[in-house]
Amino acid sequence: MSSNITRRVVLRGTAVAVAGAALVAPTAMAAGRGAMTGMDHSGHTGHGGPQPFDEMYQGRHIVGKAAEPGSMSAHHGDGFSVFIDDRELHIMQNGDGTWISIVNHYLPLADPHAIARAAVEKLRGAELVPMMMNMAH
Amino acid sequence: MAVRKNQAGLSATDKRNFVNAVLELKKRGIYDGFVRTHEEFIMSDRDNSDRVGHRSPSFLPWHRRFLIQFEGELQKIDASVSLPYWDWTADNTPTASIWGDDFLGGNGRSRDAQVMTGPFAYSTGKWNINASSDNRPYLQRELGADGAQLPTRAQVDAVLAMTTYDTAPFNSLSEGSFRNYLEGWRGQGRVHNSVHVWIGGQMATGYSPNDPAFWLHHCFIDKLWSDWQRMHPTSGYLPAGGTPNVVDLKDTMRPWNNVTPADMLDHTKFYTYDR
Repeated sequence: MSSNITRRVVLRGTAVAVAGAALVAPTAMAAGRGAMTGMDHSGHTGHGGPQPFDEMYQGRHIVGKAAEPGSMSAHHGDGFSVFIDDRELHIMQNGDGTWISIVNHYLPLADPHAIARAAVEKLRGAELVPMMMNMAH
Repeated sequence: MAVRKNQAGLSATDKRNFVNAVLELKKRGIYDGFVRTHEEFIMSDRDNSDRVGHRSPSFLPWHRRFLIQFEGELQKIDASVSLPYWDWTADNTPTASIWGDDFLGGNGRSRDAQVMTGPFAYSTGKWNINASSDNRPYLQRELGADGAQLPTRAQVDAVLAMTTYDTAPFNSLSEGSFRNYLEGWRGQGRVHNSVHVWIGGQMATGYSPNDPAFWLHHCFIDKLWSDWQRMHPTSGYLPAGGTPNVVDLKDTMRPWNNVTPADMLDHTKFYTYDR
Protein backbone atom coordinates (compact mmCIF):
# COMPACT_ATOMS: atom_id res chain seq x y z
CA MET A 1 0.00 0.00 0.00
CA SER A 2 2.89 2.35 0.67
CA SER A 3 3.64 2.57 -3.04
CA ASN A 4 0.04 3.63 -3.67
CA ILE A 5 0.29 6.38 -1.10
CA THR A 6 3.56 7.55 -2.59
CA ARG A 7 2.06 7.66 -6.05
CA ARG A 8 -0.93 9.60 -4.84
CA VAL A 9 1.28 12.19 -3.17
CA VAL A 10 3.40 12.51 -6.29
CA LEU A 11 0.32 12.95 -8.46
CA ARG A 12 -1.11 15.57 -6.18
CA GLY A 13 2.14 17.52 -6.44
CA THR A 14 2.04 17.27 -10.22
CA ALA A 15 -1.54 18.42 -10.35
CA VAL A 16 -0.85 21.55 -8.34
CA ALA A 17 2.16 22.44 -10.45
CA VAL A 18 0.28 22.01 -13.70
CA ALA A 19 -2.86 23.77 -12.51
CA GLY A 20 -0.97 27.03 -12.45
CA ALA A 21 0.01 26.59 -16.07
CA ALA A 22 -3.56 25.78 -17.07
CA LEU A 23 -4.90 28.97 -15.54
CA VAL A 24 -2.73 31.19 -17.69
CA ALA A 25 -3.10 29.12 -20.87
CA PRO A 26 -5.56 30.66 -23.37
CA THR A 27 -7.47 27.44 -23.75
CA ALA A 28 -11.04 26.35 -23.84
CA MET A 29 -10.66 24.94 -20.36
CA ALA A 30 -9.45 28.21 -18.95
CA ALA A 31 -12.18 30.14 -20.71
CA GLY A 32 -14.85 27.74 -19.55
CA ARG A 33 -13.78 27.58 -15.95
CA GLY A 34 -15.52 30.76 -14.87
CA ALA A 35 -18.81 29.60 -16.21
CA MET A 36 -18.53 26.26 -14.47
CA THR A 37 -17.76 27.67 -11.05
CA GLY A 38 -21.36 28.57 -10.48
CA MET A 39 -22.81 25.34 -11.78
CA ASP A 40 -25.42 23.56 -9.76
CA HIS A 41 -25.43 19.80 -10.04
CA SER A 42 -27.87 19.17 -7.25
CA GLY A 43 -30.65 18.20 -9.61
CA HIS A 44 -28.32 16.28 -11.88
CA THR A 45 -27.20 13.18 -10.04
CA GLY A 46 -30.57 12.19 -8.66
CA HIS A 47 -31.18 10.90 -5.15
CA GLY A 48 -27.84 10.61 -3.44
CA GLY A 49 -25.83 10.26 -6.66
CA PRO A 50 -24.32 7.11 -8.17
CA GLN A 51 -23.49 4.06 -6.08
CA PRO A 52 -19.87 3.98 -4.84
CA PHE A 53 -17.75 0.96 -5.77
CA ASP A 54 -14.30 -0.44 -4.97
CA GLU A 55 -13.27 -3.64 -6.73
CA MET A 56 -10.69 -5.46 -8.80
CA TYR A 57 -11.80 -5.75 -12.43
CA GLN A 58 -9.65 -7.56 -14.98
CA GLY A 59 -6.65 -7.03 -12.71
CA ARG A 60 -7.25 -3.31 -12.26
CA HIS A 61 -8.32 -1.58 -9.05
CA ILE A 62 -11.36 0.55 -9.84
CA VAL A 63 -12.91 2.93 -7.34
CA GLY A 64 -15.91 5.23 -7.65
CA LYS A 65 -16.90 7.61 -4.88
CA ALA A 66 -18.31 11.04 -4.17
CA ALA A 67 -15.84 13.71 -5.26
CA GLU A 68 -13.90 15.51 -2.58
CA PRO A 69 -15.10 19.10 -2.28
CA GLY A 70 -12.95 21.41 -4.34
CA SER A 71 -11.41 18.60 -6.40
CA MET A 72 -11.36 18.65 -10.19
CA SER A 73 -14.12 16.07 -10.38
CA ALA A 74 -16.31 18.03 -7.97
CA HIS A 75 -17.29 20.09 -10.98
CA HIS A 76 -15.88 18.13 -13.94
CA GLY A 77 -17.27 14.76 -12.86
CA ASP A 78 -20.65 15.96 -11.67
CA GLY A 79 -19.72 15.37 -8.05
CA PHE A 80 -18.45 11.83 -8.56
CA SER A 81 -14.88 10.56 -9.04
CA VAL A 82 -13.65 7.38 -10.72
CA PHE A 83 -10.12 6.03 -10.29
CA ILE A 84 -8.30 3.21 -12.10
CA ASP A 85 -5.24 2.09 -10.13
CA ASP A 86 -5.34 5.41 -8.28
CA ARG A 87 -5.39 7.51 -11.43
CA GLU A 88 -8.49 9.59 -12.01
CA LEU A 89 -10.62 8.97 -15.07
CA HIS A 90 -12.32 12.05 -16.53
CA ILE A 91 -16.05 11.33 -16.51
CA MET A 92 -19.14 13.34 -17.39
CA GLN A 93 -22.85 12.86 -16.84
CA ASN A 94 -25.19 13.49 -19.75
CA GLY A 95 -28.43 15.38 -19.30
CA ASP A 96 -30.43 12.14 -19.46
CA GLY A 97 -28.51 10.67 -16.52
CA THR A 98 -26.18 8.41 -18.55
CA TRP A 99 -22.39 8.71 -18.30
CA ILE A 100 -19.36 8.88 -20.58
CA SER A 101 -15.61 9.11 -19.99
CA ILE A 102 -12.64 10.52 -21.84
CA VAL A 103 -11.72 7.03 -23.10
CA ASN A 104 -15.30 6.19 -24.01
CA HIS A 105 -16.73 9.47 -25.15
CA TYR A 106 -19.30 8.58 -27.79
CA LEU A 107 -21.14 5.66 -26.15
CA PRO A 108 -23.15 6.59 -23.04
CA LEU A 109 -23.48 3.93 -20.33
CA ALA A 110 -25.80 3.66 -17.34
CA ASP A 111 -23.55 4.65 -14.44
CA PRO A 112 -19.94 5.35 -13.38
CA HIS A 113 -19.40 1.68 -12.50
CA ALA A 114 -20.14 0.63 -16.08
CA ILE A 115 -17.97 3.50 -17.32
CA ALA A 116 -15.04 2.37 -15.14
CA ARG A 117 -15.29 -1.23 -16.35
CA ALA A 118 -15.55 -0.13 -19.99
CA ALA A 119 -12.46 2.02 -19.55
CA VAL A 120 -10.50 -0.93 -18.11
CA GLU A 121 -11.48 -2.98 -21.16
CA LYS A 122 -10.41 -0.20 -23.54
CA LEU A 123 -7.13 0.41 -21.72
CA ARG A 124 -5.96 -3.23 -22.09
CA GLY A 125 -3.50 -2.71 -19.26
CA ALA A 126 -2.36 0.79 -20.26
CA GLU A 127 -2.10 3.48 -17.59
CA LEU A 128 -4.16 6.64 -17.54
CA VAL A 129 -2.24 9.86 -17.94
CA PRO A 130 -2.76 12.02 -14.81
CA MET A 131 -5.89 14.07 -15.49
CA MET A 132 -4.38 17.47 -14.82
CA MET A 133 -1.70 16.71 -17.39
CA ASN A 134 -4.41 16.42 -20.01
CA MET A 135 -5.99 19.67 -19.01
CA ALA A 136 -2.84 21.76 -19.02
CA HIS A 137 -2.56 22.15 -22.76
CA MET B 1 -11.27 26.68 -54.64
CA ALA B 2 -10.91 23.22 -53.17
CA VAL B 3 -13.30 20.49 -54.28
CA ARG B 4 -13.80 17.85 -51.62
CA LYS B 5 -14.21 14.39 -53.09
CA ASN B 6 -15.53 11.01 -52.00
CA GLN B 7 -12.50 9.07 -50.76
CA ALA B 8 -13.70 5.97 -52.62
CA GLY B 9 -12.94 7.70 -55.92
CA LEU B 10 -9.51 9.15 -55.11
CA SER B 11 -6.64 8.33 -57.46
CA ALA B 12 -3.45 6.79 -56.12
CA THR B 13 -1.84 10.23 -56.48
CA ASP B 14 -4.66 11.94 -54.54
CA LYS B 15 -4.25 9.44 -51.72
CA ARG B 16 -0.48 9.78 -51.63
CA ASN B 17 -0.63 13.58 -51.59
CA PHE B 18 -3.19 13.64 -48.77
CA VAL B 19 -1.24 11.13 -46.67
CA ASN B 20 2.06 12.92 -47.21
CA ALA B 21 0.61 16.29 -46.22
CA VAL B 22 -0.87 14.78 -43.04
CA LEU B 23 2.46 13.16 -42.17
CA GLU B 24 4.24 16.47 -42.71
CA LEU B 25 1.83 18.29 -40.35
CA LYS B 26 2.56 15.60 -37.78
CA LYS B 27 6.29 16.00 -38.25
CA ARG B 28 6.05 19.78 -37.76
CA GLY B 29 4.06 19.38 -34.54
CA ILE B 30 1.01 21.11 -36.00
CA TYR B 31 -1.16 18.00 -36.12
CA ASP B 32 -1.09 17.34 -32.37
CA GLY B 33 -2.37 20.87 -31.71
CA PHE B 34 -5.62 19.90 -33.42
CA VAL B 35 -5.87 16.78 -31.24
CA ARG B 36 -5.41 18.81 -28.06
CA THR B 37 -7.86 21.53 -29.06
CA HIS B 38 -10.52 18.92 -29.81
CA GLU B 39 -9.98 17.21 -26.48
CA GLU B 40 -10.18 20.48 -24.53
CA PHE B 41 -13.59 21.16 -26.04
CA ILE B 42 -14.76 17.58 -25.47
CA MET B 43 -14.00 17.96 -21.76
CA SER B 44 -15.51 21.41 -21.33
CA ASP B 45 -18.63 21.09 -23.52
CA ARG B 46 -21.37 20.12 -21.09
CA ASP B 47 -25.14 19.76 -21.21
CA ASN B 48 -25.71 22.23 -18.39
CA SER B 49 -22.99 24.85 -18.96
CA ASP B 50 -21.07 26.54 -21.78
CA ARG B 51 -20.88 24.26 -24.83
CA VAL B 52 -19.41 25.08 -28.22
CA GLY B 53 -17.87 22.15 -30.08
CA HIS B 54 -20.22 19.35 -29.10
CA ARG B 55 -23.73 18.58 -27.79
CA SER B 56 -24.89 22.02 -28.86
CA PRO B 57 -26.14 23.88 -31.96
CA SER B 58 -22.63 24.97 -32.92
CA PHE B 59 -21.46 21.34 -33.24
CA LEU B 60 -21.77 21.69 -37.03
CA PRO B 61 -20.32 25.19 -37.60
CA TRP B 62 -17.58 24.57 -35.01
CA HIS B 63 -16.41 21.42 -36.80
CA ARG B 64 -16.78 23.14 -40.19
CA ARG B 65 -14.38 25.86 -39.00
CA PHE B 66 -12.08 23.23 -37.43
CA LEU B 67 -11.92 21.31 -40.72
CA ILE B 68 -11.32 24.48 -42.77
CA GLN B 69 -8.37 25.28 -40.52
CA PHE B 70 -6.96 21.77 -40.86
CA GLU B 71 -7.48 21.74 -44.62
CA GLY B 72 -5.73 25.11 -44.81
CA GLU B 73 -2.72 23.65 -43.00
CA LEU B 74 -2.66 20.71 -45.42
CA GLN B 75 -2.78 23.14 -48.35
CA LYS B 76 0.25 25.04 -47.02
CA ILE B 77 2.11 21.74 -47.49
CA ASP B 78 0.50 20.83 -50.81
CA ALA B 79 -1.92 23.25 -52.48
CA SER B 80 -3.52 20.40 -54.46
CA VAL B 81 -4.87 18.65 -51.36
CA SER B 82 -8.46 18.87 -50.14
CA LEU B 83 -10.22 16.91 -47.43
CA PRO B 84 -11.83 13.71 -48.73
CA TYR B 85 -15.10 12.52 -47.25
CA TRP B 86 -15.94 8.96 -46.22
CA ASP B 87 -19.49 7.78 -46.88
CA TRP B 88 -19.63 5.10 -44.21
CA THR B 89 -23.13 4.08 -45.32
CA ALA B 90 -21.56 2.74 -48.54
CA ASP B 91 -17.95 1.85 -47.66
CA ASN B 92 -18.96 0.10 -44.49
CA THR B 93 -16.67 -2.90 -43.97
CA PRO B 94 -13.22 -3.35 -42.41
CA THR B 95 -11.95 -4.39 -45.85
CA ALA B 96 -13.12 -1.24 -47.69
CA SER B 97 -10.39 0.56 -49.63
CA ILE B 98 -10.23 3.43 -47.11
CA TRP B 99 -8.41 0.97 -44.80
CA GLY B 100 -5.88 0.02 -47.47
CA ASP B 101 -2.12 0.16 -47.06
CA ASP B 102 -2.02 3.07 -49.51
CA PHE B 103 -4.42 5.22 -47.51
CA LEU B 104 -5.43 5.09 -43.83
CA GLY B 105 -4.06 1.61 -43.09
CA GLY B 106 -6.05 -1.23 -41.62
CA ASN B 107 -7.69 -2.55 -38.50
CA GLY B 108 -5.74 -3.01 -35.29
CA ARG B 109 -4.34 -6.44 -34.44
CA SER B 110 -6.26 -8.46 -31.89
CA ARG B 111 -3.64 -8.48 -29.13
CA ASP B 112 -3.48 -4.74 -28.46
CA ALA B 113 -5.58 -3.09 -31.21
CA GLN B 114 -2.39 -1.61 -32.67
CA VAL B 115 -2.64 -0.56 -36.32
CA MET B 116 0.16 -2.47 -38.08
CA THR B 117 -0.34 -1.51 -41.72
CA GLY B 118 -0.29 1.63 -43.81
CA PRO B 119 1.32 5.05 -43.31
CA PHE B 120 0.03 5.58 -39.75
CA ALA B 121 1.42 2.37 -38.24
CA TYR B 122 3.70 2.99 -35.24
CA SER B 123 6.48 0.99 -36.87
CA THR B 124 6.89 3.68 -39.54
CA GLY B 125 8.22 6.02 -36.87
CA LYS B 126 6.05 8.78 -38.31
CA TRP B 127 2.87 8.43 -36.28
CA ASN B 128 3.49 8.49 -32.54
CA ILE B 129 0.50 9.27 -30.33
CA ASN B 130 1.55 12.23 -28.20
CA ALA B 131 -1.76 13.58 -26.89
CA SER B 132 -3.84 10.89 -25.21
CA SER B 133 -5.60 9.85 -22.03
CA ASP B 134 -3.25 6.87 -21.64
CA ASN B 135 0.37 5.92 -22.22
CA ARG B 136 0.10 3.86 -25.42
CA PRO B 137 2.15 5.54 -28.17
CA TYR B 138 0.54 3.76 -31.13
CA LEU B 139 -2.63 4.26 -33.16
CA GLN B 140 -5.37 1.76 -32.30
CA ARG B 141 -8.48 0.60 -34.12
CA GLU B 142 -11.10 -2.09 -33.44
CA LEU B 143 -13.29 -1.82 -36.51
CA GLY B 144 -16.79 -3.09 -35.73
CA ALA B 145 -15.75 -4.73 -32.46
CA ASP B 146 -18.29 -5.70 -29.78
CA GLY B 147 -21.14 -5.63 -32.27
CA ALA B 148 -20.70 -1.94 -33.15
CA GLN B 149 -22.68 -0.89 -36.22
CA LEU B 150 -22.25 1.94 -38.70
CA PRO B 151 -25.34 4.03 -39.46
CA THR B 152 -27.33 2.90 -42.48
CA ARG B 153 -28.40 5.09 -45.39
CA ALA B 154 -32.01 4.77 -44.23
CA GLN B 155 -31.05 6.05 -40.78
CA VAL B 156 -29.17 8.98 -42.32
CA ASP B 157 -32.11 9.77 -44.61
CA ALA B 158 -34.45 9.83 -41.61
CA VAL B 159 -32.24 12.44 -39.98
CA LEU B 160 -31.97 14.48 -43.19
CA ALA B 161 -35.77 14.55 -43.35
CA MET B 162 -36.01 16.45 -40.06
CA THR B 163 -37.05 20.04 -40.68
CA THR B 164 -35.85 21.90 -37.56
CA TYR B 165 -32.14 22.63 -37.12
CA ASP B 166 -32.13 22.45 -33.33
CA THR B 167 -34.49 22.61 -30.36
CA ALA B 168 -34.43 23.55 -26.68
CA PRO B 169 -32.66 22.68 -24.43
CA PHE B 170 -30.03 22.80 -27.21
CA ASN B 171 -27.91 19.96 -25.81
CA SER B 172 -27.75 16.15 -25.96
CA LEU B 173 -31.40 15.99 -24.84
CA SER B 174 -32.82 17.92 -27.81
CA GLU B 175 -35.71 16.10 -29.51
CA GLY B 176 -36.87 16.83 -33.05
CA SER B 177 -33.45 18.37 -33.65
CA PHE B 178 -31.60 17.71 -36.91
CA ARG B 179 -28.34 18.67 -35.19
CA ASN B 180 -28.77 16.37 -32.18
CA TYR B 181 -29.94 13.43 -34.29
CA LEU B 182 -27.04 13.92 -36.70
CA GLU B 183 -24.60 14.25 -33.82
CA GLY B 184 -26.08 11.03 -32.51
CA TRP B 185 -27.08 11.63 -28.91
CA ARG B 186 -30.59 10.75 -30.05
CA GLY B 187 -32.15 8.76 -32.87
CA GLN B 188 -31.81 5.48 -34.74
CA GLY B 189 -28.22 4.69 -35.57
CA ARG B 190 -26.81 7.45 -33.31
CA VAL B 191 -25.28 8.74 -36.52
CA HIS B 192 -22.08 10.72 -35.86
CA ASN B 193 -21.32 9.15 -32.49
CA SER B 194 -21.62 5.56 -33.66
CA VAL B 195 -18.96 6.02 -36.36
CA HIS B 196 -16.49 6.99 -33.64
CA VAL B 197 -17.51 3.88 -31.69
CA TRP B 198 -17.33 1.58 -34.75
CA ILE B 199 -13.71 2.56 -35.46
CA GLY B 200 -12.71 2.25 -31.80
CA GLY B 201 -9.21 2.93 -30.51
CA GLN B 202 -8.47 6.65 -30.24
CA MET B 203 -11.51 7.45 -32.39
CA ALA B 204 -13.75 6.39 -29.47
CA THR B 205 -12.00 8.82 -27.11
CA GLY B 206 -11.91 12.57 -26.64
CA TYR B 207 -8.60 12.51 -28.51
CA SER B 208 -10.28 11.19 -31.65
CA PRO B 209 -8.35 13.34 -34.20
CA ASN B 210 -5.31 11.15 -33.46
CA ASP B 211 -6.82 8.89 -36.12
CA PRO B 212 -6.76 10.62 -39.53
CA ALA B 213 -10.11 8.90 -40.14
CA PHE B 214 -11.54 11.68 -37.94
CA TRP B 215 -11.19 14.19 -40.80
CA LEU B 216 -12.85 11.96 -43.40
CA HIS B 217 -15.68 11.13 -41.01
CA HIS B 218 -16.31 14.76 -40.10
CA CYS B 219 -16.02 15.81 -43.72
CA PHE B 220 -18.98 13.52 -44.47
CA ILE B 221 -20.91 14.94 -41.48
CA ASP B 222 -20.19 18.39 -42.91
CA LYS B 223 -21.43 17.28 -46.32
CA LEU B 224 -24.63 15.90 -44.75
CA TRP B 225 -25.23 19.32 -43.18
CA SER B 226 -24.79 20.87 -46.61
CA ASP B 227 -27.18 18.31 -48.13
CA TRP B 228 -29.74 19.10 -45.39
CA GLN B 229 -29.47 22.84 -46.08
CA ARG B 230 -30.24 22.22 -49.76
CA MET B 231 -33.23 20.02 -48.85
CA HIS B 232 -34.64 22.55 -46.36
CA PRO B 233 -33.80 26.00 -47.74
CA THR B 234 -36.14 27.79 -45.33
CA SER B 235 -34.79 26.05 -42.18
CA GLY B 236 -32.09 28.21 -40.65
CA TYR B 237 -29.61 27.83 -37.83
CA LEU B 238 -31.14 27.96 -34.36
CA PRO B 239 -31.08 29.55 -31.84
CA ALA B 240 -31.12 33.01 -33.33
CA GLY B 241 -30.27 34.88 -30.15
CA GLY B 242 -30.44 35.31 -26.39
CA THR B 243 -29.86 31.69 -25.38
CA PRO B 244 -27.72 31.00 -22.27
CA ASN B 245 -24.65 28.72 -22.56
CA VAL B 246 -24.90 28.09 -26.32
CA VAL B 247 -23.66 29.87 -29.43
CA ASP B 248 -26.45 31.84 -31.08
CA LEU B 249 -26.43 32.56 -34.82
CA LYS B 250 -24.28 35.67 -34.53
CA ASP B 251 -22.26 34.84 -31.41
CA THR B 252 -18.56 34.15 -31.87
CA MET B 253 -17.20 30.66 -31.28
CA ARG B 254 -14.21 29.76 -29.14
CA PRO B 255 -11.32 29.20 -29.67
CA TRP B 256 -11.22 31.54 -32.67
CA ASN B 257 -13.46 34.26 -31.23
CA ASN B 258 -13.78 35.89 -34.66
CA VAL B 259 -16.15 33.53 -36.42
CA THR B 260 -19.89 32.97 -35.91
CA PRO B 261 -22.26 30.21 -37.02
CA ALA B 262 -23.67 32.74 -39.52
CA ASP B 263 -20.21 32.98 -41.12
CA MET B 264 -20.15 29.19 -41.57
CA LEU B 265 -23.56 28.62 -43.14
CA ASP B 266 -22.38 28.92 -46.75
CA HIS B 267 -19.41 26.61 -47.25
CA THR B 268 -19.09 27.44 -50.95
CA LYS B 269 -17.05 30.50 -49.97
CA PHE B 270 -14.37 28.05 -48.82
CA TYR B 271 -14.80 24.77 -50.75
CA THR B 272 -17.36 22.74 -52.63
CA TYR B 273 -18.36 19.07 -52.71
CA ASP B 274 -18.04 16.89 -55.80
CA ARG B 275 -21.75 16.11 -55.72
